[in-house]
Amino acid sequence: MNEKNIIELKNITVRFDGETILDNLNLSIRDGEFVTLLGSSGCGKTTTLRIIAGFLEPDEGEVFFGDKNMNGVPAHKREVNTIFQRYALFPHYNVFDNVAYGLKVRHLPKAEIEERVRDMLRLVNLEGFAKRPVSKLSGGQQQRVAIARALVLKPKVLLLDEPLSALDAKLRKDMQVELRNIQQATGITFVFVTHDQEEALSMSDTVVVMNEGRVQQIGSPVDIYNEPENAFVADFIGESNILDGVMKADYKASFSGKTFQCVDSGFAPGEAVDIVVRPEDVDIVKPEDGMLRGIVTSVTFLGVHYEIIVDIGGFKWMIQTTDYAAVGDTVGLSIDPDAIHVMKKSKYSGLYGDYSTFSDEMEEMNQMSEELAEELSEELSDSGDKEE
Amino acid sequence: MKQRSLLQRIIGAPYVLWAAIFIVVPLFIVAYYSFTDPNGAPTLANIKNLGEYGPIFRDSILYSLAATVISLVLAYPFAYVMSRKREKTQQIMMVLVMLPMWMSLLILTYSWMNILERNGIINTLLSKIGAGPLTLIGTPGAVIFGMVYNYIPYMILPIYSVMAKIEPSVLEAAEDLGSGGLSKLYRVILPLSMPGVVSGITMVFVPSVSTFYISQKLGDGKILLVGDIIERQIQAQNNYNMGAALSLVLMVIIVLSMALMKLFAGDTDENLYV
Repeated sequence: MNEKNIIELKNITVRFDGETILDNLNLSIRDGEFVTLLGSSGCGKTTTLRIIAGFLEPDEGEVFFGDKNMNGVPAHKREVNTIFQRYALFPHYNVFDNVAYGLKVRHLPKAEIEERVRDMLRLVNLEGFAKRPVSKLSGGQQQRVAIARALVLKPKVLLLDEPLSALDAKLRKDMQVELRNIQQATGITFVFVTHDQEEALSMSDTVVVMNEGRVQQIGSPVDIYNEPENAFVADFIGESNILDGVMKADYKASFSGKTFQCVDSGFAPGEAVDIVVRPEDVDIVKPEDGMLRGIVTSVTFLGVHYEIIVDIGGFKWMIQTTDYAAVGDTVGLSIDPDAIHVMKKSKYSGLYGDYSTFSDEMEEMNQMSEELAEELSEELSDSGDKEE
Repeated sequence: MKQRSLLQRIIGAPYVLWAAIFIVVPLFIVAYYSFTDPNGAPTLANIKNLGEYGPIFRDSILYSLAATVISLVLAYPFAYVMSRKREKTQQIMMVLVMLPMWMSLLILTYSWMNILERNGIINTLLSKIGAGPLTLIGTPGAVIFGMVYNYIPYMILPIYSVMAKIEPSVLEAAEDLGSGGLSKLYRVILPLSMPGVVSGITMVFVPSVSTFYISQKLGDGKILLVGDIIERQIQAQNNYNMGAALSLVLMVIIVLSMALMKLFAGDTDENLYV
């Protein structure tokens, strides 16, 4: 990896049907890097990839490959190749002809095509499949054909659009390792799109967290996990307890009615902040030894650890621990200073609640059923009035 | 071949019966008439006399080929564009293509006769601007135009339906791997749409080569095709035997050309409409 930017997106905006898909996006990708664009569906990650590939022209902004402005250059003239979500193999060709496609388009000598395709099929473990029609291949094999078809052209950059999402969990893990190995062996820059945070953390040099057409955070997997920039990133990557807090002074954060020692500084005294504490960083101790005290409301055994929900002043904390506690127990919580991460307030502050529910969907459903219950009771009392 | 259950046989029986009575038996009757004289005595005279209709067969095939080629050239890009439009636009375009098919071919052809006539709409307009009347009706062009006009939906629909099944990402993959427009067309779009093309060609060529109404009306009686002389043999001269012989040859020509098409297109498994 070197410091040269191989791809640069500057102030990219894309609108579709009056909706802003990408909102003033800036992104630099260094040569030889494994970059992952991470976000949930509709965050703009695939759109970003399509802009690099040349399938889509941005409404505003510039695309650079090195120093060259690529705006208006069609996909077939760009030195990047794409692995599509559902592979997009040519159904009328066999494995060999699929892989050879780009070489044939470039009118290379037949002998060279033969050799490069054979080598590539060996690399992806598909020797002996050359004459097989692609419809007769398993998902994993089709995936390898797609990889071979792109890599045989020795692109400078490989774009991967959720390439593993159609594979089952175990094969997926294997392919993750394999893709990472291929990337390191070839030194090709990978731009990888996924909604799977674990995949993003385990494979990438750099993770770009996206939401609502904007970059939320760019950083190494460790940074993204340990130093999330705002409540969205903290909630999206891993599990987090996100609390309202106030910075009393440097290294002093106050939340849940107590002031804690922490390692963050640089905030204005008395500044309102968001506090993140990862569930695995909380220890359960005796009530009298804890910094905070609460009641266990739920315990789930997950094999490696217990997932324990503790109610502290109405806020439900999630704690992952190997120590058992029973529902109804009063427990103490102990948090190390470096486990407390302080973030500036953002538009996402307050959007992510506690662990009363795990998913937004369940929360909405609960809200709806509450509203429904209210309406029902109103209706009942209404009809009661009429009877009078 | 899978073993069929009793139920499947019972359900299938009416169709087998239908096909036997209305397809297989009439074919035998045609063959029988072809090789007999009006008194029912076996003869090869009908077949021997076919020679004099050689030029008409030639014309029929040439006209139909021209109509088929023109339909293909017009329909192919149209079907491609249509298949890449949004769902809603596709539906509207589909209705527009089908609309003429909801009216009788006779009425459509009759209308075109009125439009193309010496005193028809086009010539009236042309003489108003002093461009003199043109001979439109009664020309090979008018007949071929009539064929194209009437049968082009049968070219568009099968091509469109295979094109609609081509994943957009497959076309993007072709671009991604370096294919510009032309290379994408002949390496990906053409091979993938071949089954539709084969069906379309068959579905335009077959009715064109056997038409008599279009040539009669738009040919203004000056252009005779096989369909016309078959009609004439049967209607005017009451010579069922000669008519049958002509029909038989026409059928053989059609079957041969279909076989040729399949050979040309290679894999016949994917021919959905033939």
